Amino acid sequence: MSSIFDRKCPQRAGGLFPTPDVPTDGAQKLLPASLLRRKAPRIPCLSEPEIVRHYTHLSKLNYGVDDGFYPLGSCTMKYNPKINEDLARLPGFTQAHPLADGKLVQGSLRLLFEMSTLLSRIAGLADVTLQPAAGAHGELTGMFLVKRYFADRGEDKRCRILLPDSAHGTNPASAALAGFSVTEIPSREDGTVNLGALEEALDETVAAIMLTVPNTLGIFEEQILEITEKVHAVGGLCYFDGANLNAFLGRARPGDMGADIFHFNLHKTLSTPHGGGGPGAGPVAVAEQLVEFLPVPRVVQDDAGYRLDWNCPHSIGSIHSFYGNFGVILKAYSYLLHLGDTGLREVSENAVMNANYVQERLKKTYCLPCDRLCKHEFVLSAKGVAEGISALDIAKRLIDYGFHPPTIYFPLIVPEALMIEPTECEGKKTLDRFIEAMEQIAAEAKENPQLLHDAPQRAPVFRLDQTRAARQPVLTHPFDDSSG
Amino acid sequence: MRYIANTDADRREMLATVGLGSLEQLFTDIPQRVKDRFQPLSLPARTEMEVARALEEFVRSNNDWHGSISFLGGGIYDHYIPSVVSHITSRSEFYTAYTPYQPEVSQGTLTAMFEFQTLVCELTAMEVANASMYDGATALAEGVLMAERIVGNKRVAVAQPLFSHYRNVVDTYCWASGIEVVELRATTEGRCDTAKIPDELSSLVIQSPNAFGVIEELEGLKDALGKALLIVVTNPISLGLLAPPGQFGADVVVSEGQPLGLSPSFGGPLLGLFATRKRYLRQMPGRIAGQTVDTKGKIGYTMAAQTREQHIRRERATSNICTNSALCALAATVYLASLGANGLQEVARLNLEKAHYLAQQITSLSGYRLAFQAPFFNEFTVQVPTDPQQLRAGLQEKGFLVDNPTQLASLGVADALRFAVTEKRTKEELDHMVKQLGEIQLE
Amino acid sequence: MAYPAQLHYTQNHEWVALEANQAKVGITEYAQGELGDIVFVELPTPGTTVNKGESLATVESVKAVSDVFAPVSGKVLDVNPKLESSPELINQDPHGAGWLVLLEASDPSEVETLLDATDYERHLTEK
Repeated sequence: MSSIFDRKCPQRAGGLFPTPDVPTDGAQKLLPASLLRRKAPRIPCLSEPEIVRHYTHLSKLNYGVDDGFYPLGSCTMKYNPKINEDLARLPGFTQAHPLADGKLVQGSLRLLFEMSTLLSRIAGLADVTLQPAAGAHGELTGMFLVKRYFADRGEDKRCRILLPDSAHGTNPASAALAGFSVTEIPSREDGTVNLGALEEALDETVAAIMLTVPNTLGIFEEQILEITEKVHAVGGLCYFDGANLNAFLGRARPGDMGADIFHFNLHKTLSTPHGGGGPGAGPVAVAEQLVEFLPVPRVVQDDAGYRLDWNCPHSIGSIHSFYGNFGVILKAYSYLLHLGDTGLREVSENAVMNANYVQERLKKTYCLPCDRLCKHEFVLSAKGVAEGISALDIAKRLIDYGFHPPTIYFPLIVPEALMIEPTECEGKKTLDRFIEAMEQIAAEAKENPQLLHDAPQRAPVFRLDQTRAARQPVLTHPFDDSSG
Repeated sequence: MRYIANTDADRREMLATVGLGSLEQLFTDIPQRVKDRFQPLSLPARTEMEVARALEEFVRSNNDWHGSISFLGGGIYDHYIPSVVSHITSRSEFYTAYTPYQPEVSQGTLTAMFEFQTLVCELTAMEVANASMYDGATALAEGVLMAERIVGNKRVAVAQPLFSHYRNVVDTYCWASGIEVVELRATTEGRCDTAKIPDELSSLVIQSPNAFGVIEELEGLKDALGKALLIVVTNPISLGLLAPPGQFGADVVVSEGQPLGLSPSFGGPLLGLFATRKRYLRQMPGRIAGQTVDTKGKIGYTMAAQTREQHIRRERATSNICTNSALCALAATVYLASLGANGLQEVARLNLEKAHYLAQQITSLSGYRLAFQAPFFNEFTVQVPTDPQQLRAGLQEKGFLVDNPTQLASLGVADALRFAVTEKRTKEELDHMVKQLGEIQLE
Repeated sequence: MAYPAQLHYTQNHEWVALEANQAKVGITEYAQGELGDIVFVELPTPGTTVNKGESLATVESVKAVSDVFAPVSGKVLDVNPKLESSPELINQDPHGAGWLVLLEASDPSEVETLLDATDYERHLTEK
């Protein structure tokens, strides 16, 4: 893959900015020499056609949701509606500066306010902060809120966070970043919380439990009310990771299950694009007793309209430069307006239908550790497909069949895990093609395993050497010294 | 619903395969008590036309930005975005792709990440950069946490003239980690007073150009810190002209990357730049792309040093970051590629010269003088002869947008306004604004 | 494979070679196979003391990180200098050239509670 640094281009490109219309003294006259750069940064000067060809070529090496099926479990790779992209580009929204006078941004403030209201009601909780820029950022915010809540109450023994061993890695990482220690609760075989183990772990040093509902195996925690009741009984809080909200949109609310804090992933459940790794947004909804700790500033409504309120003495402070990823929030808001209540129900209905259908068909060929009604995703194990075949081999071979692989090696409690989440957007025809591909790959694994070991054969590159990347890190372009 | 491909017939067939009688039976695992408590949003479904109309309503309540001239700054600036940028970032292969966990089908994203990391290192004169963070403020906070992991002292010194949104986020993250924040006040010259460095620091944080617009003196600062890390917050456009923080021995350089091809977008999404030294690589947060080869020896890119990250280290990860700001980093990469080194120098020069021209014109008005004599880049602070709020309101009525003076007041500079000038401001606009300022004065 | 008879083993796949009161510690053939290609090793500073069962080092592969726990208590005398540039030695020769840490054992009798080669091999088959 060539990068822009592989091109030699001594010419100036120019043509973007007019010549200065103010008197130009030059940097040397305006600033002391010691403050000026001596060497220019080594940024290539390309002509516009070269730039466009380079990045157009790069784009074609990618596989996005618009290219095909993307059954990445726990990521909810649903279709990104184009109307949302168009609306997010309206200059009335994009040109709004965060420090502009409130009178000039009433539309933007109102959108944030209305989105907070909608999200609070979807969560079944009291209020929302839109500041977190990603799900993990929302988790961190949630952990900060837990910390502040107990600090305010003088309960300084609350230093532990409980989480199931099936939890996503961001959960313990967020807890640790907020200064908590982490206690893992072993799950039952279907990934649901072992109530006995939970009871043993519960005492007054527990600040909160972090749960994903449905869990990371795609199974709904049927004893969810018992779990949250037990945690509340020892004075702890319940944090729900909302990555899997697609499973019950329009049918159930985390607040009604006992959640005190709940984060959304707008780039999962609410259709905003993943962007190759962001930007996303991770708003956090909270129960009444946590509202006073929410980050500042908060968007409030009064007789004069909408404004930013900084007067929140118990707030944890700010966790983002401004008010959240407005451009992302706008797309999710537009999506909610389109869906309405009926659309939300259709989403969860089709997401769960698709997952159960694929699970039912594939369990004939693959090991299904948890054979029961699933929600929007399910987990297979590649163990037993054939000797010496791993989840990685199957994943790479799927690429040759034109599909993006599912999530592999997560959750950790299933060996050689393949986590499949079709989302509600895929039709039965696509699902059938995927099922056929998976069945053929299982057959190849037994009859001609080398095909899997050598996969992918039909991608822009062959299997990449991860060991070399780790042992000999090359993290910036290796300029030869002559250009330095 | 437009975004669902299944027909009723499809659903019936699938239900039959699964052996269920109705779609409702897919949700028998949700406790009835929970289902009974459910309340809908009372939100009707809207067609695409209706959604567009609804959102356009919001736009009508916002300012008509085309009719305004912006002098707003504070880390977010009104820069010119070359047309190429949005054409590349709206390619669906880029924006509908996921994080590149399967590198063989993500070479587009990974190559762009590698280019971005290289560009950030070139701008800042640092050795290694990550593939972006949420914004400048969280990048700074993560830098402070990283320094604490490396050095071990639970104290950070922070220059007072830091944009308040940076400071607020640092304060929150430090409170959660039990790190004491010690403030180093600004001198009367508008620079951070580094004469007395507190002891037992993990790091010292300084912003240049700072919250007054003043360029800090970084020479010799690293040597005065002993074991503590030097963390510099900077402005990426300024690095087209100014000596980069890496030259002064910075250990960590962070910045808000919005000026590199992103619109202000009411403060998000943004782009956090984070660069450091190779020896701190294992402690660095965030994603990184690395170069490698495939089984046929062809060069390709993959996520590198993943064992620092949450999906492997879990509670012992260097951070909890999963999603970052990849598409915004792509915009910045295309922006810098569109300019080239020459173009970046050119735009930095235009910013510098136009800002200095404006400063000269404003201070020719009676009662106006620069608050500080120290050098500045494209933002500067002016002492004003009357109530700055009144001046700001008067200017706004004429379509000139200026930052709220409250931030300056909170930094101890009363009766002042801050102006940011970018390459977009024409001489005509600058002269017109100064004229208006003079007329408000007379009223 | 037949595990070297002169070494002692732990359930967590560490081995220790005891000579007088000097204990050399590494990870087993099984462990290196499970981890995959080793890319980095975090070793303790000489002079550090460690109790039996505490984390002594960490071994990283491309996709996993594993703690190495001290099989016996003692003080770190030396660490394998070759591992910084060649962590792959652990994959190639885990019981020999890929050793990790040399301890001065504070209580050499602690090895008596560990597994011998036969017991360790049995432990592996039970997995």
